[in-house]
Amino acid sequence: MIHTDILIIGAGPVGMFTVFEAGLLKLHCHLIDALPQAGGQCSEIYPKKPIYDIPAYPEVLAGDLINNLAAQIKPFEPGYTLGERAEIIEKQEDGDFIVTTNKGTKHKAPVVFIAGGLGSFEPRKPPIENITDYEDHGVEYIIRDPEFYRNKRVVISGGGDSALDWSIFLTNIAREVSLVHRRNDFRGALDSVEKVVELSRLGKINLITEAEVKEIHGKEHVNSVTIKHKTAGNIVKKCDHFIPLFGLSPKLGPIGNWGLNIEKNAIKVNNALDYSTNIPGIYAIGDVNTYPGKLKLILCGFHEATIAVQYAYKLINPDKKYVMKYTTVGGVEGFDGTKKVAKKSEVIKINIEPKVPALEL
Amino acid sequence: MSDITLHIIDREGKKHQVLAPTDMAMNLMEVIRSYELAPEGTIGVCGGMAMCASCQCYITSDHELSKMEDDEDIMLAEAFHVEDNSRLGCQIPITKYLDGLTLQLAPE
Repeated sequence: MIHTDILIIGAGPVGMFTVFEAGLLKLHCHLIDALPQAGGQCSEIYPKKPIYDIPAYPEVLAGDLINNLAAQIKPFEPGYTLGERAEIIEKQEDGDFIVTTNKGTKHKAPVVFIAGGLGSFEPRKPPIENITDYEDHGVEYIIRDPEFYRNKRVVISGGGDSALDWSIFLTNIAREVSLVHRRNDFRGALDSVEKVVELSRLGKINLITEAEVKEIHGKEHVNSVTIKHKTAGNIVKKCDHFIPLFGLSPKLGPIGNWGLNIEKNAIKVNNALDYSTNIPGIYAIGDVNTYPGKLKLILCGFHEATIAVQYAYKLINPDKKYVMKYTTVGGVEGFDGTKKVAKKSEVIKINIEPKVPALEL
Repeated sequence: MSDITLHIIDREGKKHQVLAPTDMAMNLMEVIRSYELAPEGTIGVCGGMAMCASCQCYITSDHELSKMEDDEDIMLAEAFHVEDNSRLGCQIPITKYLDGLTLQLAPE
């Protein structure tokens, strides 16, 4: 069981900045994210794209914003549970919440912040009628352990980096690798594309372009797929596994069933005060919340995080007095022993005999 | 300032006739969101970077559209339910030339 003061669901920019504001109030944080790395959409979808509306940054790449946030919050030693999705929340008799992930990791905290953005990133599933019946029976959307495919016949579909890279990688493991892509061009890194073409020439990858997997067959387990080719028509390809790799898209997911007030795929909060949800002790900040006039901007999420943390402090420490202190005044004292403070102003003494000016009468 | 009229069929098959401003640097996806013709969170997920295809639509009139750039082309290569007349709404700026455009939102 992981214990913390504020459990943050979602390790995007807003969840990360919460760690900083909480740290100033001596509150410890732990972040959960379904993605294997921190940064949310900024890292997953557009790390190389510029953002122009972060105050005082005329331009910053989304990836750099996340790197900077990680450095800013490091002194507050946040814990991370990455690659796991927050699944269940349970209120305890002592008032704390226990949040359990899909992998069974348990977290206990008096306050939960949901900074889940548009939800957790789930694999995009191609619209094949019975595809869900074959999940874990030959259809996988994510390759967890390549050894799983040893001596198997694998059909991969998709045209991005992961489809290309896994096709290349599996040629040394699987008995047969087919890569199906709707186009004749790929958007992946140039050397990956060249490698796939080369392996295709050597007969190690069965490259099927301008085609799409349309049907999955097999009794209980995948044994073949029907590939529809633009000109050649339908091809039935025998295989043991079908791996569609079409990237990820965010879904609100289990949070939607936690008894929170949901409106327009977002969590309703009290924006007049503290960004609290209808469940005391659970706050929602950033893109995941909604209120009149809501703007889904990182900068607004930073504001919401800062306000909500003040109220979380009061909830955790009902009898303790506190007033907000400027970092320029109080400095930043990390849990790791580091301390940043503003330099004291320098006073320079001059060595001249004090003279009493003569008084003119 | 002038508005243009767009004819949009939503994902439930319902027809809408809407006005869109040509002077606000808006794109088709944003117009659809501003009229809430698709639930929030199901359209414009990436914010308009041609990186999610949640604003895919089928253009059913013969208006001349802005040329498809690589980003959009590549995204459509990975999207589902793609037809020859598929475009990403976020990549189509609203201009006076689009007056009377008809389109249908692609399934989610």
